[in-house]
Amino acid sequence: MAAQNLQSVPAEPTPREQDPAEQARIAAQEADGQASFDRVMAEDSRIEPKDWMPAPYRKTLLRQISQHAHSEIIGMQPEANWISRAPSLKRKAILMAKVQDEAGHGLYLYSAAETLGQSRDKMMEDLIAGKARYSSIFNYPALTWADMGAIGWLVDGAAICNQVPLCRASYGPYGRAMVRICKEESFHQRQGFEILLELSNGTPAQKQMAQDAVNRWYAPSLMMFGPPDDDSPNSKQSMAWNIKRFSNDELRSRFVGMMVEQVRVLGLTLPDDQIRFNEDTKKWEHGPLDWREFQEVLAGRGPCNSQRLERRRSAHDDGAWVREAAAAYADKQRAKQSMKTKEYAA
Amino acid sequence: MSPHGNPEVPASSATEIDRDAQKVSAEPEASASTTPRPAVDSAANQPVETPAEGRNAWGLWEVFVRSSRGLSHVHAGSLHAPDAAMALRNARDLYTRRNEGVSIWVVPADAIAASDPDAKGSFFESPQGKDYRHATYYTKSEGVKHL
Amino acid sequence: MIPQTPETTTGHGDISTGVAAPTAGGDSNASATRITPGNALRPEDIALEVRTGLTKPSEDIAEYALRLGDDALILAQRLGHWISRAPELEEDVALGNIALDQLGHARSFLSYAGGAWDKSEDDLAYFRREHEFRSVQLFEQPNDDFAVTIARQFIVSYYQFELYRRLTESTDATIAAIAAKAVKEVDYHRDHSAQWILRLAGGTEESRRRMIHGLRLMWPYVNELFQDDELAQRLAEAGAAVAPSSLREDFDRLTGEVLAEAELEVPDVPAAPGGGRHGRHSEHLGYLLAEMQVLAREHPGAKW
Repeated sequence: MAAQNLQSVPAEPTPREQDPAEQARIAAQEADGQASFDRVMAEDSRIEPKDWMPAPYRKTLLRQISQHAHSEIIGMQPEANWISRAPSLKRKAILMAKVQDEAGHGLYLYSAAETLGQSRDKMMEDLIAGKARYSSIFNYPALTWADMGAIGWLVDGAAICNQVPLCRASYGPYGRAMVRICKEESFHQRQGFEILLELSNGTPAQKQMAQDAVNRWYAPSLMMFGPPDDDSPNSKQSMAWNIKRFSNDELRSRFVGMMVEQVRVLGLTLPDDQIRFNEDTKKWEHGPLDWREFQEVLAGRGPCNSQRLERRRSAHDDGAWVREAAAAYADKQRAKQSMKTKEYAA
Repeated sequence: MSPHGNPEVPASSATEIDRDAQKVSAEPEASASTTPRPAVDSAANQPVETPAEGRNAWGLWEVFVRSSRGLSHVHAGSLHAPDAAMALRNARDLYTRRNEGVSIWVVPADAIAASDPDAKGSFFESPQGKDYRHATYYTKSEGVKHL
Repeated sequence: MIPQTPETTTGHGDISTGVAAPTAGGDSNASATRITPGNALRPEDIALEVRTGLTKPSEDIAEYALRLGDDALILAQRLGHWISRAPELEEDVALGNIALDQLGHARSFLSYAGGAWDKSEDDLAYFRREHEFRSVQLFEQPNDDFAVTIARQFIVSYYQFELYRRLTESTDATIAAIAAKAVKEVDYHRDHSAQWILRLAGGTEESRRRMIHGLRLMWPYVNELFQDDELAQRLAEAGAAVAPSSLREDFDRLTGEVLAEAELEVPDVPAAPGGGRHGRHSEHLGYLLAEMQVLAREHPGAKW
């Protein structure tokens, strides 16, 4: 089925492919494919899995979607860390449901990435081998209960700013996964906001806890939007491909504007005295961010990098015998089924 | 339950546990049977990296959910499962956590045959321009009641 | 059975997320992503009834609800640990659902029990000491590996199903209502554990060995589930509860069927003496509570 489809992923050329006539045929198909792809981009329509797509488009998507999936999965950890200690049963239920959602979101995204030709197992292997990236934010520790609030409000808030435009990403499976994720995440930011609000209206110790968490998560959450536009070489191409709809700085500025409003309701402050609305550009501006730290964490030298990977690795390794068992059981059942069929035929 | 189950009746109670289970044979030949391969949508047509298809890789399943009685099943997404029975349960846990459905189908991803996207020009050309198949083509009857 | 007041119905209805539909293709998968909170008895509904004086359990009923609430709470605490550590992502979600079901039952039972002593679910969960917990010892047994967790889950769900099935007939309307919600959820937990018993027992040599080990580890605590005492008997005679011993036959028969299918034997192990219903616990509960309660106790009286 469609095995003759053009593929942009480079494979070892077969002898047949080295034949000049064959090469010409391939070149013609490539040209057709590119034309059709360009048309889809111009119409702001969607690319679907079996469509021809340029190799760099496929590669970019695969990288972005798998990183996104990894981020959901690693991102479970700082919050899962507090499920057992949640200070009320209602909060425990909410937190469990939220962390569970993140497993689901990782799953949806891995599925979207799989349509690009990479198996989930391979992506998981790359992750635990330290070969794949995920959002740096999850390499910071969740030290107090208020971090559950700050993560929900700031980190999920930033994620939602990033994700809502991705619902219109040009790659169909990615956009569809994002629609589902955004719908489900609508409660994530709100529950974080409520945690902070309760703490802020609580005892002085609780309020202090909330302010401390906001102070620690503010800058890392701004850095979730990625490097400044001048320093983000891939952004332009992603925007041309309708994967990315707004630039890093554009989204960051919008986010800051929203947080400025919301932090007032919380009765807390943002640890940045340089936030202002620039009347000329009509954009929110913020103080300088420590991009050196960002690069350090990205390079694996953050507070929790090795801990996060180790936890994922051990869950994966500890579960190997279970996955094997279920696969073996299914094989045996199928074998038995076909034996029965044969007996019946005979 | 047969490997594919009855998709209209997702087994959700313990009374539908696989009754054949006790007759499991431990024959090694069993491993020769097929597992659903990753990749429906995915690129049956391209060099998929396969090392991960090891002995413990669970196959890919496509999930279809009927959101309420009277509506069709709609593709909701995919998941991994070792067999149909678990695929149904995983689908229930994953895709109906928020009351999204009243019925679920699961299909091994590689059991889906899809039309060739390259052929869409010819495959889907015929219906173009056949306006007379649509009520709006018939303008003379406009204004006539109950037509 | 549970009167609907305006407050009990808030939050129901379609959730609007404000997510713009993709321009191309429309929101064609809308029906597959339409989400609703559904309509069911929630812990908050019970808490509200108790708070407004619509219902108030007798001392006996409250004691009884405390037992069932503690069982579910301790199990939820154990299962919650699996989220982010399960053998496969799909199982993270599955175990998460079961943990959330159990936590929901716990909150309902504890909210109701608290009505007798003017205490909230959180007062009861966070500010009682180890010997004041009324859960049986099975629930606090550590997760260990996946097979051990499944063994515990198997016993628990078959026990809870028989219990809740009967409690739907309780003369106490609130107990009956909680049980009616819980029994359907626990039915699915039975299925989940039975499916895994079959797969682990019939999978590989290693999984079979682990499954047998898991069952041997958990089976000593089965006996305690079915021990009668004065309270249970008194309530059973009044039709408000059931005598634990009366569940045993169905439990043995149904678990026996699954074990037979899996070609497993009922473990031949001596029964532990139990005593959880009277505050005598195994060594494991103290650690579990220490972790669960630490934050709430650092801030007594605080709201969260």
